[in-house]
Amino acid sequence: MTRPDLNQIVRTPDGRPEVEQPKWRRDFPIDLPQDEYVARRDFTKFMVLTSLAFAVGQVWIGIENWRRRRRGQPPIAEIAKVSDVPIGSTITFAYPQPHDACLLVRTGELTWLAYAQECTHLACAVIPEVDKGQFRCPCHHGYFDLTTGRPIAGPPRRPLPRITLDVRNGAVYATGVEERTA
Amino acid sequence: MPVPEHLEFFIDPSRCIGCESCVQACSECDTHRGHSMIHLEYVERSRTTQTTPVICMHCDSPTCAEVCPADAIKRTEDGVVQSARKPRCIACSNCVLACPFGVPKMKSDLELMMKCDMCYDRSSVGKKPMCASVCPSQALFFGTREEIERLRKRSAAVNRFRFGNQTVTTKVNMMVPRDARPEYIDVAAAMEEDSLGGDIMLNVLST
Repeated sequence: MTRPDLNQIVRTPDGRPEVEQPKWRRDFPIDLPQDEYVARRDFTKFMVLTSLAFAVGQVWIGIENWRRRRRGQPPIAEIAKVSDVPIGSTITFAYPQPHDACLLVRTGELTWLAYAQECTHLACAVIPEVDKGQFRCPCHHGYFDLTTGRPIAGPPRRPLPRITLDVRNGAVYATGVEERTA
Repeated sequence: MPVPEHLEFFIDPSRCIGCESCVQACSECDTHRGHSMIHLEYVERSRTTQTTPVICMHCDSPTCAEVCPADAIKRTEDGVVQSARKPRCIACSNCVLACPFGVPKMKSDLELMMKCDMCYDRSSVGKKPMCASVCPSQALFFGTREEIERLRKRSAAVNRFRFGNQTVTTKVNMMVPRDARPEYIDVAAAMEEDSLGGDIMLNVLST
């Protein structure tokens, strides 16, 4: 599209040419061709700034990854006594930080499962439904498989982070967080 | 495709017979299907049955677009002011209040201002707008200036209007008597006249 002739199209209320009009009138043109016109300079500015934002974002992601690796696995923490959790029941605990809510599920005599409670869609707390073999996120009806933590229905696409467990001396210990992408 | 430059719109209120054909036909236009965008106004309703059709005048400097805070009203290259753009219109009715001719309509159920766009789907391909194509008395006429001059020997087209201190030049023309051709038409003149209902007596109820 060729650049429209500004003076030719805009007929301003006071009759003065377009260049003498206040800036807002030039910023919000009434004529459709000008409204849809994107100047080469504007386009270049947009491209440069967007590319810059992407580049900075990549560097930031790299730094975050490096910091996460440096932190290593979180310390082993005791969650509960085996005798406190009946078969088929669930308890909540915080791991590794006090604000990271997690769920511990005992599905059998020796089978224990633990996942972070945050839904991987928009971070609502998931509700365990042990009898149905699933976790349910009430916000947007997301469902996760109880045994694997993988999403089975609804908007979530990534599985719940798994908390690795160690059961010894009559107590359940959390030993680490396993973040998964699929 | 723009509206061909040689085709113009002419309104001749003196020829309007109030049949409302234009109102019916308008709602059949594809750009605002089902919604009639033409007004049929009564002139001095208490004294006469004279009506006049009101369509968008497509101002050279459209007040509706000037006052739009959402930058929603745009004019195409050919000077036709279009209905508000749906993604931008915030249904604030500023345009409805500002237009000197009282043309834009706020469709509150759609939250969208809609107005006469000269049947853009038709006029942009050289056809007549729906209202002009059906008007039996040709009060609404869409054609070339030569045609109108040949058909209306006693009338002339005026496209300058005065609204307070604002002079509005429009794409649409109003037919006026050729002998007394005014420089402009005063849109707000009727407001200065005495109230028409002033001398209506209510003595029917007196005993």
